[in-house]
Amino acid sequence: MSVALNLRDVSVQFGAHLALQGVNVSMQAGERVALVGANGSGKSTLLRVAHGLLKVSHGHVSVARDVTQAMVFQRPHMLRSSVLRFVVWGLWLQGTPWRDAHVRAMQALERVGLQDMAERSARALSGGQQQRLALARAWALQPNFVLLDEPTSSLDPHAKREVERLLAEWVAASQVSLLFSSHNLGQVKRLATRVIYLESGRVLADLPVDAFFNRPLGDSHPEAHLFLKGELG
Amino acid sequence: MTTFTDTALTALHLLTELDPLLWSIVGRSLWVSVLATAVACSLGVVLGAWLGVARFAGRDVLLTVLNTLLALPSVVVGLLVYLLLSRTGPLGDLGWLFSLKAMVLAQTVLVLPVVTALTRQCVEDAERNHGEQLQSLGVKPWLRSVLLAWDERYALLTVLIAAFGRAISEVGAVMVVGGNIEGFTRVMTTAIALETSKGDLPLALALGLVLMSVVLMLNVCISALRRWRQRMDGSGTDPVQGVLV
Repeated sequence: MSVALNLRDVSVQFGAHLALQGVNVSMQAGERVALVGANGSGKSTLLRVAHGLLKVSHGHVSVARDVTQAMVFQRPHMLRSSVLRFVVWGLWLQGTPWRDAHVRAMQALERVGLQDMAERSARALSGGQQQRLALARAWALQPNFVLLDEPTSSLDPHAKREVERLLAEWVAASQVSLLFSSHNLGQVKRLATRVIYLESGRVLADLPVDAFFNRPLGDSHPEAHLFLKGELG
Repeated sequence: MTTFTDTALTALHLLTELDPLLWSIVGRSLWVSVLATAVACSLGVVLGAWLGVARFAGRDVLLTVLNTLLALPSVVVGLLVYLLLSRTGPLGDLGWLFSLKAMVLAQTVLVLPVVTALTRQCVEDAERNHGEQLQSLGVKPWLRSVLLAWDERYALLTVLIAAFGRAISEVGAVMVVGGNIEGFTRVMTTAIALETSKGDLPLALALGLVLMSVVLMLNVCISALRRWRQRMDGSGTDPVQGVLV
């Protein structure tokens, strides 16, 4: 497998606050990596750096030439448009001709079960539907690397399950690389192959999902152990 | 009280009888202010949207100047435009002084900072909240400013209406550059000032009523727009705010 993303000694500073400190992360194509940690630990910053939305203060970020990324945000911004146009706009902005964009957008909407709402206002959708629509747009862009910033944190349990099911289908069908942040450890277990634990902008554990959840971390990664203990009760 | 009642009755009479002098002044006022608002909005929305997204050295200074211009007294604008258009001024060759064109120019200068500053604020807020999601799609700043301005189009309609309200209700600038010439450059606000000083209160009051009606209509439009937008969006989020002009 080839390296899809490589962050070397990356630091990001906002004024006096260090959001990331000397982070080293490398991801192979097809890997599914979960970022976990408390609020303010640097998960979202790391995702934005990986997606090129934030410049690093120090270090180096490289993304493989054949990688095409799409990002799904915690609260997707719905353009003032119809559901269909929301996806079409995304495709058109990335260079897809308008007519082709319509066809691909409809296919994407069918995939997330929103085809019957194509002409409705995107802003009139529920939170879960909006997140499915954001997934549809990301899907339509046909990326091979998807970044998700707490994609289900603001959803009710039913919508959470629905979005997670769609994500699972997506990764199973296309071997897409996944880098996502989540507070839901059950979701991390189900979707990730590897877990990175962040605290105060530092990577304190980077382990396969099985090792992170099932092996004793007390001695090797005490901070991650405490986090897990706190989260799992 | 009798004087007030008589004045009000005479004013209503002038309105209902479609007094040609009164309605010619009203028509001229609307024409000047609509044109000035259109020109100011064409320039101000583009400039404001760009300022909302662009980051460059000296931007903060530019924004401070722009916000200061919001409080520019209309007579000062009138004076500046007068100096520009006077025979010895840089635009003196145009021969616009004491014409409707000069009044349109003065109101445009007066309203342009309002449109630019409000549009900038509106687009900058949108950029802060959603800009990175457009960036994520690879959208460059200039296109982002266009998209965000389009996405905020209902809020910008409110800006347009506020700008029109500022234009039609100002008196100083058009008085200075237009000269308040009867049948030529006399508009509602300058006529109200003149007729009041002459003691022709019914005409002044009738014009005042029309002016108030125009402002009232603007606020009715904003309310209707807000209700329509909420219905279209299926929610009451981020409503268009009414403006008092």
